[in-house]
Amino acid sequence: MFRNQYDTDVTTWSPAGRLFQVEYAMEAVKQGSAAIGLRSKTHVVLGCVNKANSELSSHQKKIFKVDDHIGVAIAGLTADGRVLSRYMRNECINYSFTYESPLPVGRLVVQLADKAQVCTQRSWKRPYGVGLLVAGLDESGAHLYYNCPSGNYFEYQAFAIGSRSQAAKTYLERRFENFTDSSRDDLVKDAITAIRETLQGETLKSSICTIAVVGVGEPFHVLDQGTVQQIIDTFEIAAEQEDPATEPDAATGQEAATEQGTAADQGGSTDEGAAPMDI
Amino acid sequence: MPKEQANWSPYDNNGGSCFAVAGADYCVIAADTRMSTGYNILTRDTQKSVNYKCVMASSGFQADVKALQKHLAARHLIYQHQHNKQMSCPAMAQLLSNTLYYKRFFPYYSFNVLGGLDNEGKGCVFTYDAVGSYEKVGYSSQGSGSTLIMPFLDNQLKSPSPLLLPARDAVTPLAEAEAIDLVKTVFASASERDIYTGDKLEIVVINADGIRREYMDLRKD
Repeated sequence: MFRNQYDTDVTTWSPAGRLFQVEYAMEAVKQGSAAIGLRSKTHVVLGCVNKANSELSSHQKKIFKVDDHIGVAIAGLTADGRVLSRYMRNECINYSFTYESPLPVGRLVVQLADKAQVCTQRSWKRPYGVGLLVAGLDESGAHLYYNCPSGNYFEYQAFAIGSRSQAAKTYLERRFENFTDSSRDDLVKDAITAIRETLQGETLKSSICTIAVVGVGEPFHVLDQGTVQQIIDTFEIAAEQEDPATEPDAATGQEAATEQGTAADQGGSTDEGAAPMDI
Repeated sequence: MPKEQANWSPYDNNGGSCFAVAGADYCVIAADTRMSTGYNILTRDTQKSVNYKCVMASSGFQADVKALQKHLAARHLIYQHQHNKQMSCPAMAQLLSNTLYYKRFFPYYSFNVLGGLDNEGKGCVFTYDAVGSYEKVGYSSQGSGSTLIMPFLDNQLKSPSPLLLPARDAVTPLAEAEAIDLVKTVFASASERDIYTGDKLEIVVINADGIRREYMDLRKD
């Protein structure tokens, strides 16, 4: 990976037209523990894997409530995520104060994206090393956005970020067409299943994952551990019965998808044409 | 040369009264719903109280009251984000005082009473002046009817002086239902003589079960 010549600061272009510091920031997101989001017409569910430094410490908070109608899950440098959440909360409070109505999610993500872009064009700053999955409700329904360190943002039906997120993405790709009309509870189950995919064999317990929901008539809140454990218990039993049938499907599906996945992830180093920021 | 006077004032008094009384395990806050200016009524149905974990009722200039309430609502939200819990009554009391004093040289024309349960579940009432001077008391009233209400309460609730030693409890020994009856009587009487108090009475009761609201009709003249 010899791209060291043009990566000293963010305001230096490489001859291939890339900003390596920004790409390195996107790498930081990939190194963080997984976060996933999925939405239906009326609800959005966010989930994340809780990683603790050691058995003795508590895990990092990765899901933040921004307002009653907006929440965010982060992956990457959680300190940067905390700072950005504080910014988002302030923006929501100030907007409500002035306009007596909730800040539309679409506006918030643009503001976030612009804030991130500034850090890619100042020599004395560095890009935020955190990817944000912003879940929110506005007049046109439920939305899920992904904000990158590059300053780009996209709207998604479902997405996963962080380490081993490809497994979750594969699962979501298979199922996303059903999400629009999913019920809230099915959406939560799908979220937990997607998280289980990222654990790759590790037992799924409510202590290592966090789930949050926002929906029409349901302000953003994090589900408590007891509720999550109950849901896990219900479908662990079902999954055991289904396992023999689905395993061949999962194996072939994953092979095809992981090839595409790794190509996309390493698109930066091997594929000269497409810089990751363009995707 | 005589000093030039301003020909307009940034303030107005929209009248009304508010009142709060603290009990052993409850707190009752009440305010009328009439908003007036001069000798006219602007509306018979305004809300002068606002809820967090505790309830603040204010009388005076309603525009300043609304601005103050919005300000506190925003600060309360920030507190909840940072501390993961709602502000306790004593905390809110201090915040309100600081917020009022911040505008010491262009005050909020708002006379407030704050009522709720303290950290031990006992009722507490805080009473304020327009620039944030506050005191924890057993009961208090503010607004146009307070001159009529306060002496009656002093007679009925006989709060011990805060200067006594050992410190005496200011909360009333009355039961919740009796306190609510007292509130209704007090406002009914105030509406008789105070032209700015009347229309409807909004009663908010805070106890261990939560917060509930009641309404009672008052004289409409």
